[in-house]
Amino acid sequence: MKILVTVKEVTVVDDEFEIDGLSIDDRYVTYDLNEWDEYAVEEAVTIAEDVEDVEVVTVTVGPERADETIRQALAKGADRAVRVWDDRLAEASMLDPATKARLLGAVAEEEDPDLVLTGVQSGDDSLGATGVSLAERLEMGWAAVVNQLDLSADEGVAHVHRELEGGVDEISDVELPAVLTIQTGINDPRYASLRGIRQAQSKDLAVKSLDDLGLGPDALDSPIEQTALYEPETEGEATLFEGGAGETAGELAGLLREKGVGQ
Amino acid sequence: MTVLAVAEHRRGELRDVSDQLVAAGYDLADETDSELHVAVVGGDTAEYGDRLNRPSVDVVHTVEAGAEFNHDVSVQAVEQLVDAVDPTVLLLPHTVNGMDYAPAVASRLDRPLVTDAVDLAVDDDLTVTRELYGSKVETTVDVHADRAVVTVRPGEWPPADGNGEASVEAFDATIDESQVRSTVTGFEEAVSGDVDITDADVLVSVGRSIEEEENLDLVRDLADALGATLSASRPIVDNGWLPADRQVGQSGKVVTPDVYLAIGISGAVQHVAGMKGADTIVAINKDPNAPIFDIADYGIVDDLFDVVPALTEEFR
Repeated sequence: MKILVTVKEVTVVDDEFEIDGLSIDDRYVTYDLNEWDEYAVEEAVTIAEDVEDVEVVTVTVGPERADETIRQALAKGADRAVRVWDDRLAEASMLDPATKARLLGAVAEEEDPDLVLTGVQSGDDSLGATGVSLAERLEMGWAAVVNQLDLSADEGVAHVHRELEGGVDEISDVELPAVLTIQTGINDPRYASLRGIRQAQSKDLAVKSLDDLGLGPDALDSPIEQTALYEPETEGEATLFEGGAGETAGELAGLLREKGVGQ
Repeated sequence: MTVLAVAEHRRGELRDVSDQLVAAGYDLADETDSELHVAVVGGDTAEYGDRLNRPSVDVVHTVEAGAEFNHDVSVQAVEQLVDAVDPTVLLLPHTVNGMDYAPAVASRLDRPLVTDAVDLAVDDDLTVTRELYGSKVETTVDVHADRAVVTVRPGEWPPADGNGEASVEAFDATIDESQVRSTVTGFEEAVSGDVDITDADVLVSVGRSIEEEENLDLVRDLADALGATLSASRPIVDNGWLPADRQVGQSGKVVTPDVYLAIGISGAVQHVAGMKGADTIVAINKDPNAPIFDIADYGIVDDLFDVVPALTEEFR
């Protein structure tokens, strides 16, 4: 059995930052493996540990810098990785779901997985649409926002819980092959061991261009365009207590007592 | 031209987001001089169709399709309805179920998709405003196409209200069962323990900035000193540091205490959805740009590890 996990290198913005055109000024950003994808990787690696003969392949769309991120997934136990890149992608500020599904879909078609796991959404763009777009493209079944997964490979079914709003789970059976978008909290993602990190360096990481995937340049044509980026006007009218911690805590204590708290 | 908004229901109830979608659809239809159509797929279509007949709605389409949402059914029904109505903009909710079918609908229709809209405008193009980096910044996205699918963030539009004069029309969708690859077998409520945070008058709520499980004692001590109940934002529950019945937010509980003390909580939209109804909101966070300060009544911009022990001391 083969599990494909899509992962994304996300942009993490500092508390204090400046905007430079349509992006955050480089000085205020770092990059990391998307939080939701960490849970997707963990879920795949756990299945590979529990079931015999499972290969876990991770795929990402990103520049050379993203090798570091995808190696994090390899260090946690994925077997090999594929990174898709084309320099023209550097100019696209926000990839629309269809473009992402085209790129990832081309890799999925080559790999022919039984199960695809993605994070529910990314922490930067938060479009939350990659997994289901990909499923539709691959003509696979799917389930979005999965917080419990019980794979029954013999029956060809994934028994899942989908986390609905308000503390209610929907319980569903999804036919395999399927794409499942994984919610945080579904498991307890491991830290990579030193041994894992060492091994990750020698695992296969294939870099693929559009040509390699049989995609023409129009695969990057996007009908959506980011036109502005700005800090939202603060709607806040909070009264801020200022000074050292002793001072502010004292003022807040006064306010809380006024409200009848702690009496 | 037509704007089509598709309502959402679950377990016998039309969900609140439905009337918000009607409102967003109304704004868009008004701006573009379009007709406003609303649809509901499955559930008690007679009752829902009647409810969705809000002022300014031209047509309500009701589609018989089983009691509960099934994405494979909704995708087919909405695809066929769009083929019949040909809306310029199809509005769907950015909810858990919206996320489960909107991308597939857009993909099948080969129309661009923009998700999680907090505002919509039309000039030459449709312009969607959305948030990035956990609400730190806003961005505008132009759609260069004459047809689009947009999902709308819950809670951003005031709900449509009142009775309208729409024609309520049944729409027959042909569901190809061979394309239904998933089956909903039931629902399960989160297990609740002996503490009901929705009953508390005062909540001390802790978020990601507490960093380590051991540090939870700091906020436990504060809650004890204040006679308050301890609650948390999602990352604390995801880490297994507190049980799920302590979680405030969209996927947890909606709380309305007299006082809500948010400690080290950034105030992501999913969290705010669960606590914005508190009478008094106090935030302690070292990030001055944290969205929690947008809805807080009082705030301290400082390190919680300095402020929280000092505050506990005040009540000892």
